[in-house]
Amino acid sequence: MPFRIQKLSLGGNEIMKTISEADAIALIPDGATLMIGGFMGVGTPERLLDELVKQGKRNLTIIANDTALPGRGIGKLVDAGLVARTIASHIGLNPETQKQMIAGKMAVDLIPQGTLIERIRAGGCGLGGVLTPTGIGTIVEEGKQKVEVNGKKYLVEAALRADFALVNAFMADYLGNLAYVLTSRNFNPVMVMAADTTIVCAEHIVPVGLIAPDHVITPAPLVDYLIRNR
Amino acid sequence: MDAQTIIAKRIAQELKSGMLVNLGIGIPTKVANFIPKDVKVFFQSENGLIGTGPIPEEGMAHPLLTDAGGNPVTALPGACTFDSAMSFGLIRGGHVDITVLGALQVDGSGLLANWMIPGKMVPGMGGAMDLVTGAKRVIIAMQHTAKGKPKVVESCTLPLTSARPIDMLVSEMAVITFKDGKATLQEIGPGVTVDQVVAATAAKLVLPEKIPEMPL
Repeated sequence: MPFRIQKLSLGGNEIMKTISEADAIALIPDGATLMIGGFMGVGTPERLLDELVKQGKRNLTIIANDTALPGRGIGKLVDAGLVARTIASHIGLNPETQKQMIAGKMAVDLIPQGTLIERIRAGGCGLGGVLTPTGIGTIVEEGKQKVEVNGKKYLVEAALRADFALVNAFMADYLGNLAYVLTSRNFNPVMVMAADTTIVCAEHIVPVGLIAPDHVITPAPLVDYLIRNR
Repeated sequence: MDAQTIIAKRIAQELKSGMLVNLGIGIPTKVANFIPKDVKVFFQSENGLIGTGPIPEEGMAHPLLTDAGGNPVTALPGACTFDSAMSFGLIRGGHVDITVLGALQVDGSGLLANWMIPGKMVPGMGGAMDLVTGAKRVIIAMQHTAKGKPKVVESCTLPLTSARPIDMLVSEMAVITFKDGKATLQEIGPGVTVDQVVAATAAKLVLPEKIPEMPL
């Protein structure tokens, strides 16, 4: 673990020292649980996924909205056979995921998208889980606790956490404050909070102060590692 | 007029200015093409956008501005973006006025199956379960039969999407509503008779005295 000290003191201000994707991914052991931001590959930290494939990490559990397409986003990890379990809301656009699921090579847990994001949010916010009406009266309720609140039935959906969150942002500053653009925000700012270690890949890294306080979506203390841009 | 156009045109009439609307993929997406110019609707893409516009012209796409299928879209002036927790808070929290979705089966009480065929098609439910559970009004856009077999059935044999019944079904043959758990034939498609609709429907239909043709 060569990069235990992530924050560098400079001129009285603590700033973040960026690291290479190779060094960041080297922190991840085989068998780790990873949350990966993105929606059909949009807002996914592609450089981190390429590095996971390069380093050949095995037996991973992936928590993400979907597995994108073969050759794109999380699809690259599936193609390389690195994933033992996927927890997602939709895999319908990736035939390779379905193939590996049917062949018994990969376990897949399918979760309603709104439930998935709330379970992750709960995991990052210190909640044990959430109560949702989604899934009541369907096969999703099988094996789950049900409670009634004010006369309405809800499923108890447990919080989700991960060992690492691999996150994409549009802009970061050298403190680790993050801003996102357009539809690439999706699961990213929620996952940032729900993992033991957060690794962020940003399209642009700018000097501290250039992201206006009101435009910061993810506060700097939540970010552990920021990937150096080439 | 082909079946999909009939369905999309009829559903477009349900959309009123100021509504927040979520369209599913397939026929539902086509509804946007038939909204009158003076009707201003907010379209939501559940990947985090309100104010979704048409498909961009060639050379005008942005890789980080996409719909829920990951395809390029535009954002209209006044659009806004947000994360997935917000997006599904809008959906589950009853802030979406209308969702239009496709269906595999709808039963006589309005229960919907639209997300899997065990052993054949297991894509995952994506946002479908949250949309049907949480939207103020659920409208189904579907062809009335599949390979000659009724899709409106007595009881769904496929896994349900939600315990919450849909509000309205529009096919090329009929408009059916499900108030009080009863499938009621409200309108018939162009050139279709009530008897033909009844024959192509496997659920019991309530037939009011007057059943007009769809205004298209």
